[in-house]
Amino acid sequence: MADRFDCRDAFARTLECLAEHDHRIVAVVNDSVGSTRLGGFSKRFPERLVNVGIAEQNMVGIGAGLANGGKIPFVCAASCFLTGRALEQVKVDVAYSLANVKLCGMSSGLAYGELGPTHHSIEDLAWTRAIANLTVIVPADPTETAQAVRAAAEMEGPVFLRLSRLPVPEVHPPDYRFRIGHASVLRPGRDLAIVANGTMVCRALEAAAMLAREGVSARVINMATLQPLDRDTILDAARTTAAIVTVEEHSVRGGLGGAIAELTATECPVPMRILGIPGVFAPTGGTEWLFEHFGLTPQAICAAALNVLETKVRP
Amino acid sequence: MTSDVNRCYFVNLHKTQVTNNYSQPATASGPAPTLSDLARAVRRQSLRMVHRSRLGHPGGDLSSADILVSLYFGALQVDPAQPCNPGRDRFIMSKGHCSAALYTTLALKGFFPWEELDDYMRPLSRLNGHPNRSEVPGVEANTGPLGHGFPIAVGAAMAAKMDHAPWRTFVLTGDGELQEGSNWEAIMAAAHYGLDNLVAIVDRNGIQQGAATETIMRLEPLADKFRAFGWAVREVDGHDCDALCQVFRAAPFEAGRPNCVIAKTVKGKGVSFIENRAEWHHHTPSDAELAAALKELGEVSDG
Repeated sequence: MADRFDCRDAFARTLECLAEHDHRIVAVVNDSVGSTRLGGFSKRFPERLVNVGIAEQNMVGIGAGLANGGKIPFVCAASCFLTGRALEQVKVDVAYSLANVKLCGMSSGLAYGELGPTHHSIEDLAWTRAIANLTVIVPADPTETAQAVRAAAEMEGPVFLRLSRLPVPEVHPPDYRFRIGHASVLRPGRDLAIVANGTMVCRALEAAAMLAREGVSARVINMATLQPLDRDTILDAARTTAAIVTVEEHSVRGGLGGAIAELTATECPVPMRILGIPGVFAPTGGTEWLFEHFGLTPQAICAAALNVLETKVRP
Repeated sequence: MTSDVNRCYFVNLHKTQVTNNYSQPATASGPAPTLSDLARAVRRQSLRMVHRSRLGHPGGDLSSADILVSLYFGALQVDPAQPCNPGRDRFIMSKGHCSAALYTTLALKGFFPWEELDDYMRPLSRLNGHPNRSEVPGVEANTGPLGHGFPIAVGAAMAAKMDHAPWRTFVLTGDGELQEGSNWEAIMAAAHYGLDNLVAIVDRNGIQQGAATETIMRLEPLADKFRAFGWAVREVDGHDCDALCQVFRAAPFEAGRPNCVIAKTVKGKGVSFIENRAEWHHHTPSDAELAAALKELGEVSDG
């Protein structure tokens, strides 16, 4: 099995590197230095690390104020609290205000496993995607995470970066260039497209390899930017493959699958399967166990692909 | 990446041609208007705007007029010709529902034309019911939901401290607004970080939407609460412009402590039938009520 990496390390390394060259970069945390991997940042730039204690509304508001004062704040907290507890601040102080704040939702999705639905963040993409002005990015591996952090710092305006703590393999070649708003086609294919993001991209690739052994040619698209959506890549997939499976570590309501379905339903309807957490609070179980439970495995993606192919309208 | 501290962060501000030459409201010929005269002009114009649009929050507009005028004409280092100057003082209107008073004060100061106040809440007007910093020069934060301005002000004051910059941050909150818990997170953080460059002003008119603050959810002893959180507190008459200017200029009251000014005000100040009546929180005046109110406020045409 390929080496696996915790993307928080790439996140923290990149942020330190950015801070070294740009004094405007600051970090805001809610007593989460350890879980955001910002121990190194806090040692090197103690005056630029704002710890607000356990106070997420204040954390996001302070981020907006720091941006008003010319800083580029990276506001880092567990995604469930950052988005759930401070959603109005995200909407008003950051997005509506066009504040140059970078919201970093850590340990998103089902990463907290047995800690349960209070700590799962499986609604964050639906919430943030619905908010105007907010760029939403879900990187898939360390290479993409590092570039996404850099791109977020370089763009002027509000960004939500959704990060995980689950180890993932590198899915991109070393010369990969991440661009906000551009999906990457990681594997060509003509029979159907599997669209995934974040931790599910490596699983989509495994599923495509399994499908190939069955003679099915599956395109794999990494939808790293959820908002704004790369319409061209999706519509091309809809037109040329005519069947789509989406996979996300998120509720099936309003996330990646929702975004793709909204687009294809109006522009180019094709049969779809939307894989994710089916609108329920998860039972007790570790993350991998929950992935099995909810069918977020290469095998289950493969089965969904074969299933959608049966309903595909053939020319 | 290079540092560009002069970069304008107001994303849409290029739409606005800012000059200092906007017409000002008519004031009686003779001696220059006092701050109280300007505050009365703010009250009159706010009521006209609320009356025309049939929307707004006149009680709070009237209670905060002296505070706003004292800030913009007696304390804040701001230049309407350079609304994005990185070294400007920041004023954050946390009680964003009192937008009529804020817009009128900004227009008086010259941030945009006085005539534009007629567009208040009209379709496609940038003078929305709640202020939008991307559209309106001089507005520092988009507020409206209560309890948002205080944390933003804390963040701005932190930015100045990080840069060892001399500019100050002021935030005006309503009193009922302090029932939102986010304020107390910010109040705790400001003291923890020793933000003596931050001045929080409480428009202590004692009345919120439904009834007296002390009936709905008790705030007193408010000054003691701020002191217990580590703030330096001054209590002033919120309608005495000289006293307000003096206290604003005096900050920091104590090195290392954030500053709280509890401005004792009268909701609906200046109009006998609006004063101290909770129903005028967002009631709008009839034609006859507007005429009577303007008369009490020493009607002049105001431009």
